[in-house]
Amino acid sequence: MATDAAFLEVRNLQIGATVYPPDAKPHDIRIVEGVSFDLQKGRVLGLIGESGAGKSTIGLATLAYGRGGVQITGGEIFLHGEDILSAGKKSVRTTRGSKVCYVAQSAAAAFNPAHRLIDQVIEASLENKVASKSVLTQRAITLFESLGLPDPQHIGSRYPHQVSGGQLQRVMTAMALCSQPDLIVFDEPTTALDVTTQIDVLAAIRHAIQKTGVAALYISHDLAVVAQIADEMMVLRHGKVVEHGDSRQIIESPRQEYTQALVNVRAIDHPPSTTDAAPLLKVGNITASYPGSDVAVLRDVSVQIQPGQTLAVVGESGSGKSTLARVITGLLSPSEGVVTFDDRVLSKSLGGRSRDDLRELQMIYQMADVAMNPRQTVATIIGRPLSFYFGLRGKQKRQRIAQLLESIELGPEYADRYPAELSGGQKQRVCIARALAAKPRLIICDEVTSALDPLIADGILKLLLNLQQREQVAYLFVTHDIATVKAIADSIAVMYQGQVVRYGAKAEVLTPPFDDYTDLLLSSVPEMEVGWLDGAIAGRRMESAGH
Amino acid sequence: MSHLLKLLAQRVVLGFLLLLAVSALIFMGTEILPGDVAQSILGQSATPEALANLRRDLGLNEPALTRYFSWLGNLLQGDLGTALTNGADISSSIGKRLYNTVFLASVAAVLAVPLALVLGMLAVRYRNRWPDKLISGSTLAFISLPEFFIGYLLIYFVAVKLGWFPSVATVFESMSFAERLSAVALPATTLTLVVLAHMMRMTRAAILNVMQSAYIETAELKGLTGFKIIFRHAFPNAIAPIVNVVMLNLAYLIVGVVVVEVIFVYPGMGQYLVDHVAKRDVPVVQACGLVFAAFYIFLNMLADIIAIVSNPRLRHPK
Amino acid sequence: MLRRIPLSALIGLFVTGLFLVAAIFAPWLAPYGLTETVGDVWEPMSSTYLLGTDNLGRDLLSRMIYGARTTIFIAAMATALSFTLGAILGLLAAVVGGWFDQLLSRFVDLLMSIPTLIFALVVLSVLPGNLITLILVMGILDSTRVYRLARSVAVDINVMDFVEAARLRGEGRGWIVFREILPNALSPLVAELGLRFIFQVLFLSALSFLGLGIQPPDADWGGMVKENKDGIIFGIPAALIPAAAISILAISVNLIADWILNRTTDLKGGRGGN
Repeated sequence: MATDAAFLEVRNLQIGATVYPPDAKPHDIRIVEGVSFDLQKGRVLGLIGESGAGKSTIGLATLAYGRGGVQITGGEIFLHGEDILSAGKKSVRTTRGSKVCYVAQSAAAAFNPAHRLIDQVIEASLENKVASKSVLTQRAITLFESLGLPDPQHIGSRYPHQVSGGQLQRVMTAMALCSQPDLIVFDEPTTALDVTTQIDVLAAIRHAIQKTGVAALYISHDLAVVAQIADEMMVLRHGKVVEHGDSRQIIESPRQEYTQALVNVRAIDHPPSTTDAAPLLKVGNITASYPGSDVAVLRDVSVQIQPGQTLAVVGESGSGKSTLARVITGLLSPSEGVVTFDDRVLSKSLGGRSRDDLRELQMIYQMADVAMNPRQTVATIIGRPLSFYFGLRGKQKRQRIAQLLESIELGPEYADRYPAELSGGQKQRVCIARALAAKPRLIICDEVTSALDPLIADGILKLLLNLQQREQVAYLFVTHDIATVKAIADSIAVMYQGQVVRYGAKAEVLTPPFDDYTDLLLSSVPEMEVGWLDGAIAGRRMESAGH
Repeated sequence: MSHLLKLLAQRVVLGFLLLLAVSALIFMGTEILPGDVAQSILGQSATPEALANLRRDLGLNEPALTRYFSWLGNLLQGDLGTALTNGADISSSIGKRLYNTVFLASVAAVLAVPLALVLGMLAVRYRNRWPDKLISGSTLAFISLPEFFIGYLLIYFVAVKLGWFPSVATVFESMSFAERLSAVALPATTLTLVVLAHMMRMTRAAILNVMQSAYIETAELKGLTGFKIIFRHAFPNAIAPIVNVVMLNLAYLIVGVVVVEVIFVYPGMGQYLVDHVAKRDVPVVQACGLVFAAFYIFLNMLADIIAIVSNPRLRHPK
Repeated sequence: MLRRIPLSALIGLFVTGLFLVAAIFAPWLAPYGLTETVGDVWEPMSSTYLLGTDNLGRDLLSRMIYGARTTIFIAAMATALSFTLGAILGLLAAVVGGWFDQLLSRFVDLLMSIPTLIFALVVLSVLPGNLITLILVMGILDSTRVYRLARSVAVDINVMDFVEAARLRGEGRGWIVFREILPNALSPLVAELGLRFIFQVLFLSALSFLGLGIQPPDADWGGMVKENKDGIIFGIPAALIPAAAISILAISVNLIADWILNRTTDLKGGRGGN
């Protein structure tokens, strides 16, 4: 299928933008510098990198498009020998409509809510007179079928809000394939999906690519995902190419240090500890629903945590894991059940808890930038619990703030900064310091690493583990990410539709025999190896045949 | 579909409840606040007997609640009562004036709405370029101009100096449609200028909001022309916000109409209301206030209904 | 702190400053008395009467200067009232929530379902016509707008994680309102302060123009338009001068408010426009 001649040649691409910071002069920044690559027919190139690496910008540049104020300032992009960057508006439109297509991260936002799916799927092809309407509709139905969408004959007549997120992502892939383009740009198409949905969409996309022989740029921050779909990979950092090579080579023998770090991410080894100490926190038979609704979000949930240990509560969206955290903190009163902390029963509501109850149980949030008041300095943010709980002031307080900053590996000069002046990882560290300032015995960590790039997230997890050793604090770790669970947990509770379906010590929970859901969940997490997806799909087929 | 009908029915019921509450509020505002209607009419020098007589004639000795319900009852039968000052039947006095006011406001709306939409779209199309800056800059200035400044400027230059249109907008029944149009030319222009700036500003914001949606980027990446992107992808989603903008500005139109009628001595509801406020003729003021409020509530209800009907999520439930 | 003030805002600050000086030092600046008849009716502009005379032969410039005092004072008082009332109730409604919020919000909805001027006219038809009444009516009716803004800003802030964190720490309502919410709500509220002041100036002028605001012989600019409007038909532009003054004041304050509004940074630090 593949021919040697490259149909897409990107030469020395330069992309920049003008930023308008408040209270400063507008200035130009570079987003992509000197990126070059070729792509042959039927090949898939994975673009890998952390946020700000310029991977989406490069993908969109192959459609001669810059998002917002982004401008392509130099270089050439040849599609079948023609430079699309110097082409006229009309030919750019033809390129976008019929030769290069785009699949966005959030299909839910990328589909127009006012039109039926089928009209949107065939719109570009119809516009470019690729074929007649009836031919295109038939083609779309065939694509729906091959992408594994239910009821392919009629799903097109639905509106976007009537279809689930995973299905929409597949419909968007069908939309891209409909004009039979030369190239499809997939921009993090599975990132917003739950892990058990991701694997199906991933399999569908790969099946479609193989069947149609279309070439693709597959953009993702998740190396394990890209490894399942790309023939070759290009690792980017700060807009420059770090390493470009065959997928197997990048995964198995990365040459550059940065690539090695990306490949080895989440290789934290934390031997689980066990203790016979009396439990610090006992959650007993909790049933809860949100005010004004009688649907139970939590049903008869019981877990416990020993002092200085980590319980990971894992589940997908809608599993009730964050609701459990809210019940423990007292933000949501359960309709049944009790929360016991250090042998005393905690009041169901926040208002009924003593100051010491509140102090001993701290919380760290997913989005560090909205968890801190933007108008307060780091010193105020960390200092408030010190004066609030311990009445510290003046020199004593300053010293303690400096100590806390040191414990989160930040220098004393950070005390006077505002949250907006910190990076994402630093913000999360400050939130950790704020929690530590209260000298808590339990910290609830709600998806604390999921908004961060993998390497930064790794740093945060290591910090949390070190602090646990030193301060003997217990963690309740709410997460959807199995890799995080494996890295830090002593015991695990798997949640599904408001119930704990599997609970026990880490080794127990991760060792077969599994219940159906845990099996599905664990087998859906992509492994960092080429060809993992084939095995996983084969495993599932057998299973569904067995049922 | 039944879900949609239920929502619509709810909205209509809410509109009527609001109107009922507003009628109570207006009644309360005029009858329960400190200040005595009888005293207001007769002035400080009135004798106690005269005051007592008037109070009895006005039924002021009855409890407020009783008076409210009898007022409301009459209202529902189309009887707005009689004016204190001249004993004229309010319903018939309002009839003609209401027609005049609606005529003036409609002419202004017919001018202002399309103009505001086109200019708002132009500002979005040339965002941050000179047409946008010009439009945004001049709206900032126009928002700050009182109605009478625009009105008297027009009278001074267009009517007095140039003599193109009459400075006083006299209308009478035997006038033809064209004559009427010419008579309201200046007041309608004033009103248009008054609401244009607000409406344009909000239209720009509403369309910009839609244009920043991800599905507009999708349309752009499909290689559609700018025209098709706006009409096929932006417009269907902008209907509700734009209708909302138009309706919000009707409040300015209603307020504007009152002042503009006084400027141009136009025989409409606004003039009628202002005259009788000065004379402290409470029944007329109540009636006029209620009519204005009813119009405003009805148009807002209409806006919400259009928004509900144009929402695909409600039209095609899961 | 105010490093780069754009030209438009500078102009706004300068002109607003001029009007303020005129208002404060009116008795020293005005060449003639407020009610003093000094010449013929509607004399044209001359070196003795810089802006000419009005419908009763009084010096227009002097009346304009005194008018600035009345207009700005009443508008400022009404703004202060509407702002204090609206902002405090709005913030409280957002933080307290529950029936308190429901009751206030529905009542505000009701008040706002009648156009402000119409409701003011209805109420003024029975209330005694004096300064206090005027300020109260203007302030209370307008506080509904401030209430809505303050409440919606505060509701947005109130659900953010840093406020929840403060609540989990056990902070009282005072700390949450004044230390967590208010500092973040301040800049949209300050920008709104300018807009509300403009609205009050226009509102007062409209009322006076309709003969229901400031009563003669005192003068505010709207009332002066009313006094001199009959001259327009005879080609005498005296009424245009106070009307222009209202416009210039409103535009100047608008320029300042616009600048403050543009400086307001997005709280969520979101991804708006790169």
